[in-house]
Amino acid sequence: MSDNQKLRVSKIHNGTVIDHIAGGQALNVLAILGIDGTDGEPLSIVMNVPSDRLGTKDIVKIEGRELSEAEVDVLSLIAPAATINIIRDYDVVEKHRVSRPETVVGVLECPNQHCITTENEPIESRFEVLDEGVRCVYCDTIIREDLAAHILAG
Amino acid sequence: MRHEHIISAKQLSRADIEEVLDHAAEIAADPEAYADRHAGKLLGLLFFEPSTRTKMSFTAAIKRLGGDIVDMGPVEYSSVKKGESLADTVRVVEGYADALVMRHPSEGSAQMASEFVDVPLLNGGDGAGQHPTQTLLDLYTIRENAGLDDLTIGIMGDLKYGRTVHSLAHALTNFDVHQHFISPESLQLPRSVRYDLHEEGATIREHTALEEVLSSLDVLYVTRIQEERFPDENEYREVAGEYQIDAGTLEAASDDLTVMHPLPRVDEIDHDVDDTEYATFFEQAHNGVPVRMALLDLLLEGQ
Repeated sequence: MSDNQKLRVSKIHNGTVIDHIAGGQALNVLAILGIDGTDGEPLSIVMNVPSDRLGTKDIVKIEGRELSEAEVDVLSLIAPAATINIIRDYDVVEKHRVSRPETVVGVLECPNQHCITTENEPIESRFEVLDEGVRCVYCDTIIREDLAAHILAG
Repeated sequence: MRHEHIISAKQLSRADIEEVLDHAAEIAADPEAYADRHAGKLLGLLFFEPSTRTKMSFTAAIKRLGGDIVDMGPVEYSSVKKGESLADTVRVVEGYADALVMRHPSEGSAQMASEFVDVPLLNGGDGAGQHPTQTLLDLYTIRENAGLDDLTIGIMGDLKYGRTVHSLAHALTNFDVHQHFISPESLQLPRSVRYDLHEEGATIREHTALEEVLSSLDVLYVTRIQEERFPDENEYREVAGEYQIDAGTLEAASDDLTVMHPLPRVDEIDHDVDDTEYATFFEQAHNGVPVRMALLDLLLEGQ
């Protein structure tokens, strides 16, 4: 990355940097994490910058928040190549790749209109993670394409 | 029976299936021996969709075991009409009964309900999802007529919305069975069932015409094209009536063919088939009682 490109992404004091998000997916990453900026947390989003590995990539920096393991797992559904950098006092103190969870709970909405999870019942959606896509634990519906379109509204 | 609830045919191993079928055969051979087996036990019936065979055969089964039913009755007279959630309804009714049978129009409803109750819950059909107790009586009927291995079975009709088909296709992967699926292209197996069959190593052969495969079949399992499951009536009209068989159709079949149907039928099997040696659907419906007696006995004993 050139110096000019680095300038687009200023350092953060404490928080999380999510790098190597496939180009154009940054807003979906924020949506899947339930972050929309209304809590006042400083956010930096860089989209569609050149990447040797991905062609183009997005980067998200979240000031003042360290992602939990569960949140990182969920990210793997739409950003399988992402790297997570936990920043404390301007230094990277942890760096790891996302890993695929066995299930994701309360994150995605089942597209099957006849699924019990779409009704007013006291349950959260639950999806088993497959090699390709996810599968509703309740009605068995498989989602393979465009997972981000099924993210539950926060 | 190691299962607490019976939700999906996917949960049933070959050993589970054989345990139920063997026990059903014992009961069918000497039903009197089981007449007081579960005296005083109550089976809660929660039918949110119409049912004749499933509801009546479960009622007969528990009564023939010496027990009785508590019946929620028609949905329009229940608290569901007042907006009560399904989760609340099942939690209330589990306090009245030793086991529950539920039919509900939403897929996944039985799985969800089972997460809220401690008594055994049996899925009597969840929308276009699963109908595992129907599958057990189907397998019992197939075993009685043709055995359960080294078989070629054709499953024809509404494969997309047909819950009996989904359950049966899953269960048959436990046996040495070649499955042929015959349907209009718009009613082929859903992605999730294909996925499971693939995972189980089953080879799926799909056809749009029965003639392509009829002569090779040991069993032909016919299902109704269910108007009520179609989101669009025009879509239904395009395929309604396409898959009808009559005695003439079956002239091309093997003499040993067994023709099954979970019933109710509309026009997919002509009444002239009823008097042929092929017809097994009424025997199949009657088998619901010993099979459900066996299942209830195993589940209630396991409590």
